[in-house]
Amino acid sequence: MNKKKLIFITGAVAVGVVVQLLISSGVINPYFAQILTLMSMYAILATSLNLINGITGQFSLGHAGFMALGGYFSAILTTKLALPLPNFLMFPLSLLFGGLVAAAAGFLVGLPTLRLRGDYLAIATLGLGEIIRVMFVNWKYVGAAAGMKGIPGYTNFLWTYVIAVFSILIIVNFIKSSHGRACISIREDEIAAETMGINTTKYKVMAFVIGAFFAGVAGGIFGHLIRLLHPNSFTFMVSVEILLMVVLGGLGSITGSIAAAVFLTGLTEALRQFSDLRMIIYSLMLIVIMLFRPQGLLGTREFSLDMFSKFTKKAEKAER
Amino acid sequence: MDLSAKTIEFLQQLINGISLGSVYALVALGYTMVYGIIKLINFAHGDVFMLGAVFGYFAITMFGLSFYPALIVSMVICAALGVVMERIAYKPLRNSHRVASLMTAVGLSLFFQNFTVYRIGAQPKAFPRSAPVNWNVFGVNISSRQVLILATAVVLMIALHFIVQKTKMGKAMRAVSFDRDAAMLMGINVNNTISFTFAIGSALAGAAGVLVGQYYGVVNPLMGTLYGLKAFVAAVLGGIGILPGAMLGGLFLGLAETGVSAIGYSTFRDAVAFAILIIILIFKPAGILGKNTREKV
Repeated sequence: MNKKKLIFITGAVAVGVVVQLLISSGVINPYFAQILTLMSMYAILATSLNLINGITGQFSLGHAGFMALGGYFSAILTTKLALPLPNFLMFPLSLLFGGLVAAAAGFLVGLPTLRLRGDYLAIATLGLGEIIRVMFVNWKYVGAAAGMKGIPGYTNFLWTYVIAVFSILIIVNFIKSSHGRACISIREDEIAAETMGINTTKYKVMAFVIGAFFAGVAGGIFGHLIRLLHPNSFTFMVSVEILLMVVLGGLGSITGSIAAAVFLTGLTEALRQFSDLRMIIYSLMLIVIMLFRPQGLLGTREFSLDMFSKFTKKAEKAER
Repeated sequence: MDLSAKTIEFLQQLINGISLGSVYALVALGYTMVYGIIKLINFAHGDVFMLGAVFGYFAITMFGLSFYPALIVSMVICAALGVVMERIAYKPLRNSHRVASLMTAVGLSLFFQNFTVYRIGAQPKAFPRSAPVNWNVFGVNISSRQVLILATAVVLMIALHFIVQKTKMGKAMRAVSFDRDAAMLMGINVNNTISFTFAIGSALAGAAGVLVGQYYGVVNPLMGTLYGLKAFVAAVLGGIGILPGAMLGGLFLGLAETGVSAIGYSTFRDAVAFAILIIILIFKPAGILGKNTREKV
């Protein structure tokens, strides 16, 4: 384990411990604790979509569908089946289950649809998300159009934060592995990647499945946070919202996605006081930001400690 | 001549499907034209359609216009809106990453929706309309509203065909969508051509909005999203960028949806459009009328 990774992990643990202590001691009230939880959840969603859209360059608009799958199936495990397990085992197990269902769905639909390119893939995944949603509208077992009620509120800040840190670590490690390099080469030039002997379909599906898995996990977190799952919580606009975080942070920039997830979630909450005008301000800000910074806040760059080394004059060699 | 009950039912649904499909086709035309010329999925197009219905509503209730003047007023306002939209939100981003303009499109869509909700409220408004005349042809009910929707759609499509195929501007549009740089070298004013495309597409969407308003009798600030998505599906089904494809796709989608509702699966209606889309994309990625272009390295 190198020095940079150590700094990152210590930092992440420190932030988590401090925030959790502040929540337990009541300095941060439950409302803000919930916002922090949502921020962590959106960070998972944005990084997982970034893996598909930004790193592999496959334009997916169906993330809300995978989120719905994960949310519903993890809730089925905790609410309907009620296995005799303690909560601290039950919850991660259900999230894992939700994630696996979403990943399986991602594999099944990714295999045929990832042959499509660019906008066609976007539309196919969009359609897929809607189909999943309509499926839940018609599925009586999970409450159909009325939604699924009585889900235990297992989600808290600590769980979400820990899972977010782990998901992001896994995704970053994936990107830095040879698999991740293969994915980046597909983004840069699919035909060239193919001529270099990269099995493009395999890596596209791989990125898609991993992205779907984490979207499913985030969906499970969402269900156990809101305690009510409604098909309308997973409309096309939710996919767009997640995509927005990815684009705003910069396609291909993981730190950018996290920053944008935190920023946009905070913005949505901050604008609540304007009630009626909230969405109008939000949409105008979105247009203005995109007009002035079309490549996203960070572009493809990563926010890292190296950026500060310029100022501290520490001639550390950038290894990235 | 007497037809069996089943045939009558079938013909009835066929007529309902064609009416719905012609609306999809009108909205799809705008999507397909814009996509054909600047390769942008204009997510705000569905909301222009909604605004068309709202303008039509105000033209009739506040200014007391009758149906056709209201239709024309709405089309003109929507055309202007389309041009403004393109100039402000899409033109500055023409040379940056395509996702950027997609995001401004989403921003515009949210803006139109929420601004309308802010101004007129989220409640559906009753669209003023005259009492329908029903004709009974061999037991099949044809309402004057259906005839109106279909006739207007056909007239507009013929007009569009004339503009695209016979006028100078239409020629410029085709040239720009074929090869923008070459068109520019030939002295075509690309910016004006793109603006013109947006104007026409938005006008068609506005007309579709008024037609839907008078057909279903309601206007709702949030109706644009689903219609927009489905119309886009229709455009992709027919082969995006191809005008007859959009018409065909729209009709096909309208018929499929009414068909599914008729056999009793109306809650699956919205899923069917997308299921058909995915199946078509997998087997014929360029759409029904599209030609597969071979990629050159």
